[in-house]
Amino acid sequence: MAAEGGNGKGAAGPSGPRTYPDFSAPTVDKVMVEERAAALGKRSIKKEAKVAGLLLSIAMMDLTTLEGKDSPGKVTQLCQKAMRPHASPEVPPCAAICVYPKLVPVAKHALAGSSVKVASVATAFPSGLSALDVKLDDVRRAVAWGADEIDMVIDRGALLAGEKTRIFDEIAATKEACGSAHLKVILETGELGTYDLVREASQIAMLAGADFIKTSTGKVTPAATPAVTLVMLEAIRDFFYATGKRIGMKPAGGIRTAKQALHYLVLVKETLGDAWLTPDLFRLGASTLLNDVLMQLETQRTGAYQSGDYFSKD
Amino acid sequence: MTAKETIASATNGETHAAPSSPAQRAALEFGKAWTYAPAPEAADHVRIDPRYELFIGGKWVAPSSGKYFDTVSPSTEQKLSEVAEANERDVDLAVKAARNGYEKYWSKLSGIERGKYIYRIARVIQEKARELAIVETMDGGKPIKESRDVDLPLVAAHFFYYAGWADKLAYAFPGRSPRPLGVAGQVIPWNFPLLMAAWKLAPALAAGNTCVLKPAETTPLTALLLAKIIEECDLPPGVVNIVTGAGATGAAVVAHPDVDKVAFTGSTDVGKRIQKALSGTKKKLTLELGGKAANIVFADAPLDQAVEGIISGIYFNQGHVCCAGSRLLVEEGAFEPLLQKLRDRMQTLRVGDPLDKNTDVGAINSKMQLDKIRELVEAGEREGAERFSTPCELPTRGYWFAPTLFTGVSQSHRIAREEIFGPVLAVMTFRTPEEAIEKANNTMYGLSAGVWTDKGSKSFWVSQRLRAGVVWANTYNKFDPSSPFGGYKESGFGREGGRQGLLPYLEVD
Repeated sequence: MAAEGGNGKGAAGPSGPRTYPDFSAPTVDKVMVEERAAALGKRSIKKEAKVAGLLLSIAMMDLTTLEGKDSPGKVTQLCQKAMRPHASPEVPPCAAICVYPKLVPVAKHALAGSSVKVASVATAFPSGLSALDVKLDDVRRAVAWGADEIDMVIDRGALLAGEKTRIFDEIAATKEACGSAHLKVILETGELGTYDLVREASQIAMLAGADFIKTSTGKVTPAATPAVTLVMLEAIRDFFYATGKRIGMKPAGGIRTAKQALHYLVLVKETLGDAWLTPDLFRLGASTLLNDVLMQLETQRTGAYQSGDYFSKD
Repeated sequence: MTAKETIASATNGETHAAPSSPAQRAALEFGKAWTYAPAPEAADHVRIDPRYELFIGGKWVAPSSGKYFDTVSPSTEQKLSEVAEANERDVDLAVKAARNGYEKYWSKLSGIERGKYIYRIARVIQEKARELAIVETMDGGKPIKESRDVDLPLVAAHFFYYAGWADKLAYAFPGRSPRPLGVAGQVIPWNFPLLMAAWKLAPALAAGNTCVLKPAETTPLTALLLAKIIEECDLPPGVVNIVTGAGATGAAVVAHPDVDKVAFTGSTDVGKRIQKALSGTKKKLTLELGGKAANIVFADAPLDQAVEGIISGIYFNQGHVCCAGSRLLVEEGAFEPLLQKLRDRMQTLRVGDPLDKNTDVGAINSKMQLDKIRELVEAGEREGAERFSTPCELPTRGYWFAPTLFTGVSQSHRIAREEIFGPVLAVMTFRTPEEAIEKANNTMYGLSAGVWTDKGSKSFWVSQRLRAGVVWANTYNKFDPSSPFGGYKESGFGREGGRQGLLPYLEVD
């Protein structure tokens, strides 16, 4: 496998140099896209719509812990929380737990028999700055250990240097290494600089075989924003118009409040419509969001805002 | 390479299974997967009096005819209040009060003192913004989202902006000793009732004139609430007078011999009649009339954002906007993808109760206007254009029209030439920038236009050739009190807003 697969060389087939699809994407106007994203944040979500939205956001949550100090104990706790976020029976389990590869077996064990998936970051997360075969090995191990979903990072340095085919090849190779595991491609939009490049990177990722595109690692500021999410949702829409294929979306990083979660749901509802309002096609990557959502749900149920001590901190 | 070809070649690789007939499957659905609960703005704290008199000389005066007319909510057809109908005698009283207010008080105040009063009005408007927004929405039918986030902030901003000019007129026109004209007679439309009152009153007062303002007969309430604010702000008697009524009242204001300046915003038809009536008099005149703006989208435009601009251009305020982007000119290569996006986007527009905070498109302002929209839409169908209206449920009471667009429109069609003043878009295509400019300018109007392209040089090249008072580039319907607004050709003359907006209210050497 060509670790330094450059332009046009990475996936050369038997019949000569590989041809690539057109990566070009429509341009994005910064002012207008930010205005539209902010406007959708003004939707007034009350009462039963609020409860339904909050429950949906829990079902879409990738409960995440990506710290150097993560331990089996911490991950096990988080798995318990993901399977049963709250005592109330109406609260669904989260979509997945997202951990580093080494902790995948722990999570797999803790989640056995549940609907909660195990997602693992891989490909030299968070920078992606390793040789391709090392990154692919990272992916294969995570899958072998039981990961259902792989959250890969793209090599932003290569993208910024204009090596688009390299990004395409790496994603395609990672997809292949995933086997039956779902592939989420993290663009790390906070490092891309322009919405135009975010849009183009989304297009490359989808063309290369991403099942999901994801904003951020959570290690870079800014992480997910409504505007960057809208840009990616619009890329997904164009891809759907052209192919009929539905790609998923995962904003991640900096989503801490129930209000933010509802804002993201509104973005999805009014950009891509009903089909995407499912954990199969929309996820929220978050580490501290769940308790705020639970607190809001309890506020809706009881009419009183409760202290944080009434919710388990995991 | 088109998007479809792009994907086709991508699927030649190993990473994709070839999709089966994407065109059949690629339809987005905006249904009921997760619906928003009703979120009505509470209106129970808002007090609307059962009856309003005329505001003349700082007092509330009964009309000499004793006649009142109902003002109804276009979204419920319920009567909100009844309002005095001013006749020529009442208008005469109002003009006399304005003259008295001018000579006795307003012309004797320094600019800085006038400015203080105007600042005070601006601050009280901000304090009462919520109430004013609700009444604006109830009386006119526009979504609360718009009256709350667009109308009211702009109303306050306009008073703040012109308050700042009151003591700086000499700097606005250096060396030209600007002087006020005297009494201004102002007649305003129903689409932005309070905002148009602000556009008229703020510069007139800052320049040192006194005013007789006639609000539209379907939307008089916020102007009357503004009269109460003016009362509360303790303006000297007669500086602002508000006379309600229909066309005859407006005609009396315009025709009164002691009015020094007439400012009118409304239809081109009425504007022409006013100009005729004023010919040969000493009165100064500004007219802000109709429009049939072209929104020009080039193939290299940021298409998803252009869609937002198109939506805001024509469906903002139900299309009751003189600068609405009612003609969409699309470069041929972008037509299919843009229209697909546009139709999907239209489906997400929420039409209904204007007081609901999630409503995007409210009620048509009046039965009369609804009939006019229907007539023109029928003409469009008859002339062979293809109609698309969003499949939304409309309330049974009130006046409603679903967001609509026409494709296959020719320059000669009535829907491409006449101002519909409703949520109806006429879509046409062009091949070259020259053709776009020719089509855009091929109208009797010239109020506004929009240009969408990623290329800055093209944006400037095109906008310099558009005969329109306002040209928006990669945006639409953006307003600021510091920016002059006004028309070419039959869209009127004179500018409102900015330093230029002072000029119609001043005599300068």
